[in-house]
Amino acid sequence: MASLNSIHHLKAFLGRLLGQRDLNTSTLVIPAGTCGRASGADLLIETARQEILDRGLSEKVLVRTTGCHGFCEMEPSVLVEPDRTFYPKADADSMVRIVDAVARGDVLEDLLFKSPETAQPIRSADDVPFFKGQNRTILSHNERVDPTSVETYIENGGYSAMVSVLEQGDPRWVVEEVKRSGLRGRGGAGFPTGLKWELLAKQPNGNGKFLVCNADEGDPGAYMDRSVLEGNPHSIIEGMLIGAFATGATEGIVYVRTEYPLAILNLKMALRQAYELGLLGDNILRTGLSFGISLVKGAGAFVCGEETAMIRSIEGKMGEPRQRPPFPVKRGIEGKPTLINNVETWANIPIIFRMGSEEYAKTGTNGNSGTKIFSLVGKVKNTGLVEVPMGITIKEIVYDIGGGPVGKVRIKAIQTGGPSGGCIPAERFDLPIDYDSLTQAGSMMGSGGMIVMDENTCMVDVARYFMNFLKDESCGKCFTCRKGTQRMFELLDDFSKGKGTLAQLDLLEELAQVVKDTTMCGLGQTAPNPVLSTLRYFRNEYLEHIEKARCPAGVCKELITYSINDKCVGCQACLKACAAGAITGEKKRQHVINPELCIKCGVCKSVCKVEAIDVA
Amino acid sequence: MIQDIAASGKQQVSPHETVDSKGIVRILNGHRQQRGGLISVLGEIQSQYGYLPEDALRVVADETGNSLVDVYGVATFYRSFRLQPRGKHLICVCLGTACHVRGAPMVVEEFERRLAIQPGQTTPDREFTLETVNCLGACALGPIVVVDGCYFPGVRAQDVGQILEKARLERVEVPSMVAASG
Repeated sequence: MASLNSIHHLKAFLGRLLGQRDLNTSTLVIPAGTCGRASGADLLIETARQEILDRGLSEKVLVRTTGCHGFCEMEPSVLVEPDRTFYPKADADSMVRIVDAVARGDVLEDLLFKSPETAQPIRSADDVPFFKGQNRTILSHNERVDPTSVETYIENGGYSAMVSVLEQGDPRWVVEEVKRSGLRGRGGAGFPTGLKWELLAKQPNGNGKFLVCNADEGDPGAYMDRSVLEGNPHSIIEGMLIGAFATGATEGIVYVRTEYPLAILNLKMALRQAYELGLLGDNILRTGLSFGISLVKGAGAFVCGEETAMIRSIEGKMGEPRQRPPFPVKRGIEGKPTLINNVETWANIPIIFRMGSEEYAKTGTNGNSGTKIFSLVGKVKNTGLVEVPMGITIKEIVYDIGGGPVGKVRIKAIQTGGPSGGCIPAERFDLPIDYDSLTQAGSMMGSGGMIVMDENTCMVDVARYFMNFLKDESCGKCFTCRKGTQRMFELLDDFSKGKGTLAQLDLLEELAQVVKDTTMCGLGQTAPNPVLSTLRYFRNEYLEHIEKARCPAGVCKELITYSINDKCVGCQACLKACAAGAITGEKKRQHVINPELCIKCGVCKSVCKVEAIDVA
Repeated sequence: MIQDIAASGKQQVSPHETVDSKGIVRILNGHRQQRGGLISVLGEIQSQYGYLPEDALRVVADETGNSLVDVYGVATFYRSFRLQPRGKHLICVCLGTACHVRGAPMVVEEFERRLAIQPGQTTPDREFTLETVNCLGACALGPIVVVDGCYFPGVRAQDVGQILEKARLERVEVPSMVAASG
């Protein structure tokens, strides 16, 4: 690939790409992000390529591997362009049939997605309820772009935002555009991005300034940043280039967590391509802009998502946060001014400049513009990534897009904001999703994890889970966080074992307040949220555990017993599966569980086909 | 730990082999110009040895002019670093929130029971190391277990025996991304 020496060159390159582009030839688009590959996308790709080769269809059927499209529950899947036929849960055999059908211009009805209500096949991906309710401004690029090919990014409008910014030529205008767009930080706190950029732009530029992309997506249950980085790495590079032009930053860093091997791989490749094309480096496109980006891998520490901790980690030290001010925008990496934005925030930047700030701001609500990607996971039918305009209600996400509960249970709550967030009960699902209303409800937007919980989820257990996480991840610098999270965990652990008292419940609430008020960084200040929000909405569950030593959801092991009811048909599936040898019974007769031997592993319940195992 | 999940398919230096200080110096030299300094150095040492041998940390401290305490501090601050050698097969159970609510704790307990070790430990025959991870970002497919780089989606307690058997017989298929990274 020859280096591009001017904006004119880049435009000519784009022209060449568009000239060669073929939008009419049938293309099998196979999402191969981490979830896709974990579900077997590699085999689909191999099968499709081999089949096309064997049957001499190379001219008629093309294959494009992309990042995650979002409907992870249905992966591995195939999307056929140009008519956007959607085949969920494909395997090697169905792939062979799909190649054949596509070559003949046919559609395989039996392999299509079936409407959950009418069981009728739905042909186009755009009519599948999961996709229909979304506004996929960012995620739609994941369908069009092959993350390993800069050409597919450019021919889909990539780097055109950077060109328009460079041609306009005024950094102040760029900052103003971002301010006018109303974009707020997608990492969770919702700080206005344009304002942050303005603060960095005002810093003296003697020794260099840093831009950082925070890809240390530590909230368990959230993975939209992984998906964007894996599926469309050039959009982050382009966003950061625009940021560099606007703020005068000289060096960029993407801090990626080590648990995301594919994101690291795809980003490395994208960076290499951008350097080769001359889109990164010195005097980019001979416009005088010089900017380089390097990748720094994390090593598994949740607290490194906090900006001052991340800065230390980038410097190769222990990731302990420090007191602010001075804020990183004044003193960051190596003491130099540093601006940190989250992956999704950076991915929004090129979109703002392609659409224009006014157009961008039309999506969403006043003060909360644009779209937000959520990872809708847990006890919900359609799990995956959903991108929706800000201001949509929780109900619309969970029921219209998510398809409601799995089986005949009632959804009880959602949890947002990871360990810093909280639970919102089903009674409040009319709440619009935006930064402010979620905070008022005792949770927070966070980076976008949305974990659905049903009747079989115990809220005391959820609070205990998060506190266990936080006590492990507390860096230990502040005493109240180090000991406070530890002690809160011990109290919650006691509750889950039926050993708690009402006095301990008061102590827990007091402790939560102290930790909130007296710790230095965001981790400690928000650590009590899982406790406070579950107490606020699900106090009864706590009281059941304390006063009656009962776990209504049937989760807390010490408080439950397994038994077999008269629905049992005596099939012996549970008996054979029980590793503890606790189940006895003759064939075709109701079996019995010996509570003395039962280790409460739950295997019997999951192998039973007739719902004969009771947990109480 | 993912970085050595990625490396687990490759030939590794035997844990009992003495640390080659020249090799450590080579790794250090390779990282001098890079950001992330010590963390990326330790990451590379771990992907070569499977863990961070004490002698290697001493060489790193001597060569970089850091005190051993500082190097040890970084090595113990981050979850992905390991100070003990790991077994032949690495089992990593995701305990992210989505996996948790779908029953990941039962899966971990089943591994604990069958292997008679706790997370972070290695079986006495050095066949298996059991670890947990906070979130692998494949939340829609939970509970997720990664064995020697192979992702198992939707794992239930009763699947654990089969997974262990597959690993023992070296019959896990590693997705292309894991094979290519590391």
